[in-house]
Amino acid sequence: MTDLALGDRKRHQEAERLFARKRLLSVGLPAVAAIYLVYVFFAFDVPGLVERARLDNAQILVADSYSHKTHVTLDTRSGEVEVAIEGEIKGLYPEHLVPDWINQPAEGEARVDLGSGQFAEIRDGAVWLHLSDGKVIEARPTSKGVESILPEGLDVPVNVSNTRLTVTLEDARLTVTRTRIEVLRYFFGWEMFWFDLQSAYAGRSATELAALAFGSERVDPERHNIFGMLRDFWNNRVWRHGDVAWALVETVIMAFIGTFGAAIIALPLGFLAARNFAPSLLARFGLRRVFDFLRGVDGLIWTIVLSRAFGPGPMTGSLAILLTECGTFGKIFSEALENTDNRQIEGVRATGANAVQRYRFGVIPQVMPVLLSQVLYYFESNTRSATIIGAIVGGGIGLFLTQAIITQKDWEQVAYYIVLIIIMVMVMDSLSGWLRTRLIKGRPVK
Amino acid sequence: MVDLAAHAPDVRQEYMALTRRRRMYSGILLVIFVLLMVASFDLAESRNAGGFWAGIRSVFDFPASVLSEFWSKIDEFPGNIVRFLPSLAETLNIAAASTILGACIAVVLALLSTRGLARWPRLIPVFRRTMDILRAVPEIAVALVLIFVLGGGPVPAMIAIALHTAGALGKLFSEVAENADLKPVEGLASVGAGWIKRMYLGVIPQVAPNFLSYAMLRFEINIRASAILGFVGAGGIGYDLRNTMTFGRGMFDQAAAIFLLLFATIVAVDQISSYFRNRLSATQR
Repeated sequence: MTDLALGDRKRHQEAERLFARKRLLSVGLPAVAAIYLVYVFFAFDVPGLVERARLDNAQILVADSYSHKTHVTLDTRSGEVEVAIEGEIKGLYPEHLVPDWINQPAEGEARVDLGSGQFAEIRDGAVWLHLSDGKVIEARPTSKGVESILPEGLDVPVNVSNTRLTVTLEDARLTVTRTRIEVLRYFFGWEMFWFDLQSAYAGRSATELAALAFGSERVDPERHNIFGMLRDFWNNRVWRHGDVAWALVETVIMAFIGTFGAAIIALPLGFLAARNFAPSLLARFGLRRVFDFLRGVDGLIWTIVLSRAFGPGPMTGSLAILLTECGTFGKIFSEALENTDNRQIEGVRATGANAVQRYRFGVIPQVMPVLLSQVLYYFESNTRSATIIGAIVGGGIGLFLTQAIITQKDWEQVAYYIVLIIIMVMVMDSLSGWLRTRLIKGRPVK
Repeated sequence: MVDLAAHAPDVRQEYMALTRRRRMYSGILLVIFVLLMVASFDLAESRNAGGFWAGIRSVFDFPASVLSEFWSKIDEFPGNIVRFLPSLAETLNIAAASTILGACIAVVLALLSTRGLARWPRLIPVFRRTMDILRAVPEIAVALVLIFVLGGGPVPAMIAIALHTAGALGKLFSEVAENADLKPVEGLASVGAGWIKRMYLGVIPQVAPNFLSYAMLRFEINIRASAILGFVGAGGIGYDLRNTMTFGRGMFDQAAAIFLLLFATIVAVDQISSYFRNRLSATQR
């Protein structure tokens, strides 16, 4: 009786202690995390960062990623007016394609309609900007600077100095410097996405293109319109669809070679490192350390080391993934092999099977589903890593992405690449999921 | 009995036919796989600057030159280690902070997208898609875009990794939460607890050990990610590594010190986290 009571009290105390510990943990852990975050907040100087943040850059970035601008530029030295998308040579409008909101009555003259009753007139080396409330801003570049006449009570943002005048309207901007007058207007959408301006199909509406595609009249007598369109789309010089598609293929290939190559190499090594199959303790111990080393060194270091030997390109990326994953797979495979059921192997042995047959019919069927599902899972996640590794080794879509970001102006292309990468990863995700359920029917996926 | 015996040859034949068909399918799959592998290898080889067979011979040249320089300046090694400790701390801080932030977002997203627990069951697909997109966006893109807006430093990398972590952990968390026992939640609902209280008192205590162990696993991955992001310009030890590498000539001893630091850190964190994860799964049983 007393013994029981004593035992009860002991259990009671134990339970109390457990509760106390749990309570401490449930309050303590979040508190530690919160304190740490406060420390990081100051260690990373977040308050200073908020001050330094370039919100104007953010605005440019967002605006550029879904819209484009058309520049009308007068070069004061040559006296010529040029119309170009994004002000780039690749986007230069040929004479017959210049949009109808730009009038060019004579050489060196232009009348640019800026919407909602506003327009800019370029004439005699000067510019007159007519605002919607009837006021006119006049500016003239001279060899000394910019002479400008500003009316009283302007309600648009104007930035004026001796050498530069900038007027920002809602969807347009006027910039005058000593050497040029530039009027630009924003439009929604990605310009030249389908055809660049050198293509014979540029500047046509969708219905026109459809009529061309199915009509008998040929724009280029050498080939059918559909092939011509495909060719011009594929070779688009601004968006480079063909190159981008190849880059995506390269990225997937890096992940493919890396993951499956590693799996092929790691399978026999996994046998050698598994407790129940290892020929000797030494081999097992040694291999385990090799796996740890391969995994621990990390993909980044492998990438650097290998790119010295193999040069830039997708092969280097593949091998970097392959080396890292060899370590991962070696570990996973050997652990899976250690968990195999010995009875099945003995059953096969009882029929007089030799060692290879025992592995083939006793072991492989047991572990294959688990291994395959792991490999497929890593394939998907390596597609993403291949994007980043590609940026370092200079191959695949990662290179395109980082280059477009470094220019700090092709944000519409950055947006395009990011969308493509998201689609690629999602496709790989569902493909690997589909393969996993197909190949491993009826087995629970770990 | 007689029926069975009469059917036996049929069954046998059918079984053999089935086996043959299965073997054929596996054979075809294998051939396709080998062809894909060879074609990919060829393509990667043709688009690479240096060839595979030329490269494999010189693969040890670079490690050898790093090692020889490391040996020749072995006396500077302790100094180098100390010199790069602050940047290692920064890399670790990026990883830890982004894991904590990402895990917090992931808990909310996971609970909102788990059947039976969701606050707004109709919005489950929306939250799931959100997590898919967060997972799919490469960290490097977010980091580089944020560097353009926020300027260099650890914060862009932290945000980028945190977003990715939110997506990756959210999916795992939601799978764990799906298996949570709903009885405590119903009990709490019957006494009038709101959604937040139901989750905090009814679900979180059940799933916390699993969540924690996934978060630790993620921390390991994030250390690697933050080192890589540093290499493309987000600060930390990756940035130092690139500097010592690209300036070349006489700085390989420092590169070797960074290699060692990074290696030791990853292995140490791996060991510590697997110790704690084992303890967590032990207390659960």
